[in-house]
Amino acid sequence: MEIKDKKTADFPLWTLTVFTENNVGLLNQIAIIFTRRNINIWSLSVSSSSIEGVHKFTITCHTTEDMIRKIVLQIEKRIDVIKAFYYSDDEIIYQEIALYKVPTDALLNDINFEQLIRKYNCRILEINSTFAVLEKTGHCDETIALYNDLERYGVLQYVRSGRVSVTKSTREQVSVFLEEQELRRREIEQKIESK
Amino acid sequence: MLGSEILFQCLKAEGTKKIFGYPGGAIMPVFDALYDHDDDFDTVLVRHEQGAIHAAQGYARVSGEVGVVIVTSGPGATNVITGIADANIDSTPLVVITGQVGTGALGTDAFQETDFIGMTLPITKWNYQINRPEDIEWAVARAFYLAKSGRPGPVVLDFPKNAQTHEAEFTDYKPCNFIRSYQPVPAVDPDRVWEAVNLINTSQRPFIIGGQGIILGHAEKEFREFVEKTGAPFGTTLLGLSAVPSDMPHYLGMIGMHGSVVSNKLQQQADLIVVIGCRLADRVTGPVNQYAPLAKIIHIDIDASELGKNVKTDVAICGDCKEVLSKMLPHIYKNDFQSWIHGFDFYQDVENRKVIDPEVHPSEGPLHMGEVIDKVAEVSGGDAIVVTDVGQNQMLAARYAKFNGTTRSFISSGGLGTMGFCLPAAIGAKIAAPQRQVVAFVGDGGIQMTIEELGTIMQEGTAVKIVIFDNTWLGNVRQWQELFFAKRYSYTKMLSPDYLKLAEAYGIRARRITQRDEVDAAVREMYAAEGPFILHVCVEEDSMVYPMVPPGQPIDHILLNRSEKI
Repeated sequence: MEIKDKKTADFPLWTLTVFTENNVGLLNQIAIIFTRRNINIWSLSVSSSSIEGVHKFTITCHTTEDMIRKIVLQIEKRIDVIKAFYYSDDEIIYQEIALYKVPTDALLNDINFEQLIRKYNCRILEINSTFAVLEKTGHCDETIALYNDLERYGVLQYVRSGRVSVTKSTREQVSVFLEEQELRRREIEQKIESK
Repeated sequence: MLGSEILFQCLKAEGTKKIFGYPGGAIMPVFDALYDHDDDFDTVLVRHEQGAIHAAQGYARVSGEVGVVIVTSGPGATNVITGIADANIDSTPLVVITGQVGTGALGTDAFQETDFIGMTLPITKWNYQINRPEDIEWAVARAFYLAKSGRPGPVVLDFPKNAQTHEAEFTDYKPCNFIRSYQPVPAVDPDRVWEAVNLINTSQRPFIIGGQGIILGHAEKEFREFVEKTGAPFGTTLLGLSAVPSDMPHYLGMIGMHGSVVSNKLQQQADLIVVIGCRLADRVTGPVNQYAPLAKIIHIDIDASELGKNVKTDVAICGDCKEVLSKMLPHIYKNDFQSWIHGFDFYQDVENRKVIDPEVHPSEGPLHMGEVIDKVAEVSGGDAIVVTDVGQNQMLAARYAKFNGTTRSFISSGGLGTMGFCLPAAIGAKIAAPQRQVVAFVGDGGIQMTIEELGTIMQEGTAVKIVIFDNTWLGNVRQWQELFFAKRYSYTKMLSPDYLKLAEAYGIRARRITQRDEVDAAVREMYAAEGPFILHVCVEEDSMVYPMVPPGQPIDHILLNRSEKI
């Protein structure tokens, strides 16, 4: 089911975390770095972070480590980007959410339906006479496995979110940078005052 | 105070002296305000917006100040895009202010509306649309800070009409000196400095490359001390030219595709290459997998994203090159590499005999560009600011112009290779340094791309000395067609207007030369002329620039002339 870009399918998947100011046009600024090198963004999600005023982009893409390192540096070069990091899957805890819309009839007529729900531990968000909406959070392979199992009922709609992730370190790595910058700001201010 | 007036109060506070611009619909309130600032700014009215931005680039490159451009929206703005891209790749500090339709009309395809923020996103260091007059001070302060700090670059301020015409309070202008998300000068990692010092001190066959970063980082003095102390042979990139005097010991001139044979041969044999403030672009390295195969690479750059971008480095030092060099210098052993350097004398001798002498001192046949450039170098004593266009004129000027050590004396479009750059850039250069001679070397193709700026020269009386090399071809493309496209000269033959008549029409003194024995007198006449001067030099039709590393070849595969390689 998972269709990868032929060109990049052989490369590992990387998760980028980009911390930015909350300004207009940042998505564009980040996206063009990928576009320029003809690299497909595999998934993307944007939200606020645990630091006030700092937004967090979580981006995944398939490419080489050498390339992802260059991309991260070029993203970081953008003025409104505070800091960017890249991780392999074993360095982060990550999750995705998927929604599946399936015909109610098909579900009700299947004696294995209960087992399916138990196996995947998925939630039923809505059920009416025509369709039911199932929700599954998990890693990509889990949500896809459920999709494959549901296919026999005929999936009417399917959507999967971009990845969200947190690192295994105790706090946002960007905080260190922001603390250093704050020290630098005070130094600059002191210099100006002493003049 | 009106937004348009606030803008000029900010520019004044930033110390702006010169403005290059062209008025039009959406920027008219700003030009209206400028009308009352005759005493504060010298405003140069160009003939085409592209001229404004290249002039601002020439001005910024020579003066080290931020070049300021003011143009209108739509076509006025799109006409400066080439210069913005050029300034971005060549790290030139510019603040480009473009008019924009009122915020209420944004997105409606209003008259002369373009999404200039969207268009310039990939080619600016930063861009911003000032939607309220209250934001002008903040935006201008930020723009100047970003343009000139760290690795310099162009900033676009898109200025909708209502922000120009509405009022806001002008407070005490505060220059910007800090942005939370921005670290202009990264802290130097002392461990990396030690690693570099150790590699340099133990190297047997070092080679040093100086790029424009040395000039941008005001590190000319440190760089000279560094190369003297290491005793290593060194070269500069195209944009690094004039950072050191041309006759400095162990200086092997420009590196790269048309660089000196010795410098390219040395790099391929070196055990260590120290790269300072240089992007290691493809015109310098050739195919990266075949570049300097025996060498460890130390790369010093202020822009972290340049480190390892093209060539894998062994020691990457992110930081200001003046600071890094100062930190390394006390620990560098005084050294001498006579046998390493003189092992390559053979190549210099070959280049002298097979390339330089035939180009610079030909005894017969039509005129060569090289001999005129050499004559200018002789007459100027290496003191002139040399501005070039792109192509053969540029490569030959880079090879044969001489510099006496005054930095910021070679102005050329490096990364983008913008034909038409020369004439307006020379105007900007002369305005930045009115007391110095500015000599522009331009081909018959490049001059015709921005020839309208002769009007600016006429109006401003800008005393630039323009040497037009006329070979009746787009020479560099013709050269590639001869060498790599089976002599199929597809659309490279080009006719020129009568430059003397044109000069006369613009009231500019001019002279045409076709013979060798006219060169000396003509160059001296041009040099002595008080105002602008056009020297129309009819040169050989099939001019070639050698030595040449053919594209795709490693840099020690070098053509010396039509039949010999080395």
